[in-house]
Amino acid sequence: MLTLEKNSLSEEIEELVSLYGENRGSLLEILGAIEKKYGYISEFAQQEVARLLNIHPVEVYSFISFFSFLHSKPQGRNMVRMCKTIACNMKGADNISAVIEKELGIKFGETTKNRRVTLEYTNCLGMCDCAPAMLVNGKIYTNLDVEKAIKIINELK
Amino acid sequence: MSTSAVNPKKRTGPVIFSEYNSGDGIKKAFSLKREDILFELKESKLKGRGGAGFPTSSKWMLTAAASSDKKFLICNADEGEPGTFKDRVLLQEYPELVFDGMVIGGYTIGAKYGIVYLRGEYEYIYESLQFYLQSMRKRNFLGNNILGSNFSFDIKIHLGAGAYVCGEETALIESLEGERGEPRNRPPYPVNTGYMGYPTVVNNVETLAAVPHIVCKSGKWFKKFGTDKSTGSKLFSVSGDCNKPGVYELPWGITIRELLNIVEAENTKAVQVGGASGICIPKSGFDRKLGYEDAATGGSVIVFNEKRNMLQVLKNFMEFFVEESCGQCTPCRIGNVKLLEGVEKIEKGNYTFSYINTLKELGNTMKVASKCGLGQSSPNSFISILENFKDEIFKSNGANNDRVG
Repeated sequence: MLTLEKNSLSEEIEELVSLYGENRGSLLEILGAIEKKYGYISEFAQQEVARLLNIHPVEVYSFISFFSFLHSKPQGRNMVRMCKTIACNMKGADNISAVIEKELGIKFGETTKNRRVTLEYTNCLGMCDCAPAMLVNGKIYTNLDVEKAIKIINELK
Repeated sequence: MSTSAVNPKKRTGPVIFSEYNSGDGIKKAFSLKREDILFELKESKLKGRGGAGFPTSSKWMLTAAASSDKKFLICNADEGEPGTFKDRVLLQEYPELVFDGMVIGGYTIGAKYGIVYLRGEYEYIYESLQFYLQSMRKRNFLGNNILGSNFSFDIKIHLGAGAYVCGEETALIESLEGERGEPRNRPPYPVNTGYMGYPTVVNNVETLAAVPHIVCKSGKWFKKFGTDKSTGSKLFSVSGDCNKPGVYELPWGITIRELLNIVEAENTKAVQVGGASGICIPKSGFDRKLGYEDAATGGSVIVFNEKRNMLQVLKNFMEFFVEESCGQCTPCRIGNVKLLEGVEKIEKGNYTFSYINTLKELGNTMKVASKCGLGQSSPNSFISILENFKDEIFKSNGANNDRVG
């Protein structure tokens, strides 16, 4: 990372810390905001957060590793989360997942080479009455079928 | 799908979905003494709607009685139990009930701050909730000196980040404090030592949504519905093999058979009551009543028809628990892995009955030895599915065992 980029990231994190509060209780909000903007929380960002909250960087890393929506490695520009819990599974989610994997040429848990899409499985999205469902960049899509799902995936920039 | 906070008022039901005007509960509460509100709540016999069923009035009384300069009220909107989506409907369509319930709760227990812990998966509701809170502030139902009284209260929304275990109240508090979402030893309970060490009430979204109705219409009115031990109504989230999945508000005590008729389920083989951590009830149990005294549920009802392979259903549940166990205590971390291994061995026909019995014993050990509700309840579906569908599972002996249906 260039020094300029580092400086601007530091400034951003300082702003987040002053917005959410300079205490450990703000960790979830601060990390959530960084993840939302950058798709992950870099080692440098982790160190900066730790420095400003006066905790050890390993505690920040430990926190990130606990939550499935926080990442310490770069992800694709688009995050696709397919529900694989029972109600979606019963309505054919596994078939849709297989077709998506084939279309993108990657498995769930992987990112396309051009960093366009990351595929992740997720547990119950709370959309069981309109299954199958997936989250794309936080937006919910329901009553999926293969055709609909592929259209959504292929329209991602 | 609409994410608007504007209430379409299309749903009907005896309690939660009965008529209510935004703010009425707050106005009524302010005309009452705190003790009167606690009395009505006790009279109503309202129990926690997240599934555990702890009397709400006891939680509130303990926190109200605790002496502390700061207290907190947390709305648990970390709805993660497979098959549950009622809180999503409440937050999207009836935010006034949930937020009014929080203000009344804050007033009653003496808290100035309310926190909504919204699961990360529901991020798309966040903006509309903020919008609604803003409109409450404009109407002086939130903020300083609410409706000219000396009571001030405000609500903040925290987004979770995808962890089922954070629905457990102490894990939720841990994550709000910037720690890994690992449940705490209890006691002390959050009512004494909660968020940041202060007395804290943690209530489910649906529990809070019932409060304004109870305050407006009395505890006596509330307990007219339901049964003696399970008063009032319940929002059931029905999914799976039925023609009309969705959220239904029905009085407690309704039988599974009656519910199946309402949702137009045909050729039903089994019903999972209480989500992955609940129990699987076969046809012979369809006359059982939904309620704390019989088949308890936080609302999740998943319907399986004759075509479903129950071993695959069980496998899906066990994979869920292996992933979602926080890993802090051994019975849950290792136990769930062993139970899943067992399911995979049965799938391949590679098992002995003494091995299956050992796994069931392990399940019973997990129920008593695990630290929190996750590990205490995850063996429920393992034990009940293997018990109730042994003919189907063990006769097939590996053949045709690889698809849900």
